[in-house]
Amino acid sequence: MLRLDCLRSIYSELERCLVITIMGAVAAELQSLGHRPNFFYLQHAMGLASSTGLGLALCLPDQKVIVFDGDGSLLMNLGGLSTMARYRPKNLVHVVFDNESLLSVGGFPTATGTGTDLDGIARSAGVPRVSTVRSVESFTAAVKDAIHGNELTTIIAKVEAKGPSAFVTDLALLENRFQFRRHIQSLKRA
Amino acid sequence: MPVSLASSKVIYEGLKECDVRLVSALPETWLVHLIRMTDEDPEMILVRLAKEEEGVGVSAGAHFAGVKSAMLMQNHGFLASINGIVSFAHLYKIPLLMLISYRGSLGERDPWQTQGGNVTEPVLRALRIPYFFLDAPETAKKLIRQAQTLAESSMQPVALLLTRDLMWED
Repeated sequence: MLRLDCLRSIYSELERCLVITIMGAVAAELQSLGHRPNFFYLQHAMGLASSTGLGLALCLPDQKVIVFDGDGSLLMNLGGLSTMARYRPKNLVHVVFDNESLLSVGGFPTATGTGTDLDGIARSAGVPRVSTVRSVESFTAAVKDAIHGNELTTIIAKVEAKGPSAFVTDLALLENRFQFRRHIQSLKRA
Repeated sequence: MPVSLASSKVIYEGLKECDVRLVSALPETWLVHLIRMTDEDPEMILVRLAKEEEGVGVSAGAHFAGVKSAMLMQNHGFLASINGIVSFAHLYKIPLLMLISYRGSLGERDPWQTQGGNVTEPVLRALRIPYFFLDAPETAKKLIRQAQTLAESSMQPVALLLTRDLMWED
């Protein structure tokens, strides 16, 4: 299963969500499908995409928030999983693309390649709904279900360690950040 | 416990008066009253963290949502947050109001706090984070308001160091 195919399969669902991604391949691939003002790409601070999604979801309970995380990033902030589970906002969907590697820095294997089970960790942390998916069809179904559902959900998507040829895009970090906040403020006024 | 309830109350009121509506925190002795006050206030969102660096992300999310926030932590928690501060708050110009209990300084009895006390200000200076001392209840509210204003206008982290004189009643 390719991450790009997963993202493509639910791209139209993202229109009504606030989307936060980690750096590297996930950010570049989502942008390659078409940037939108409701997408924020955290191009560093590994581990904090999920914490950002938590802050956003707690402050905007009527807004669906979806975080695209990765195994390397999540392993850097496993404690954050327990914080998310503690508050379990109903409007937060946490997708983890697990390619068992730190792809963006040369494909070094992470611990999920040697047995660490993020699905089990998320369950044990207290996330009320957790699933692991291995096909685009099951990914699409799980994400749609979570977006339209009403419970904090973590979805572990096992994907191949393949990514785009380049990670830098022409969207400046600050441009993205200001556009994202302005978009959210416009939703609040509407 | 000789943590000053009166000073904690003044600090809490200061945060409320500048419209802070979300507080992230990791417990430490000097902060117990502040965390309890936040927890008991239905107008406030309290996010109890596993590690302080998460608070940078939580505050960034709050900022995107248009909600003012504050981070309550010990100076060792500040040290544990540095990458988040640099590669999120600085990189993306996120305002952070950081209230940091200044352990390991004058009068510290706990040996384990002392190394953190040595490096807190040098690290704040190295990161070019403006920092000020909250050391008297009379000036605390004004300083909190001014620090919050500066964080918002400069779109960067601003630190308030909570001193022993303010937080502890020997």
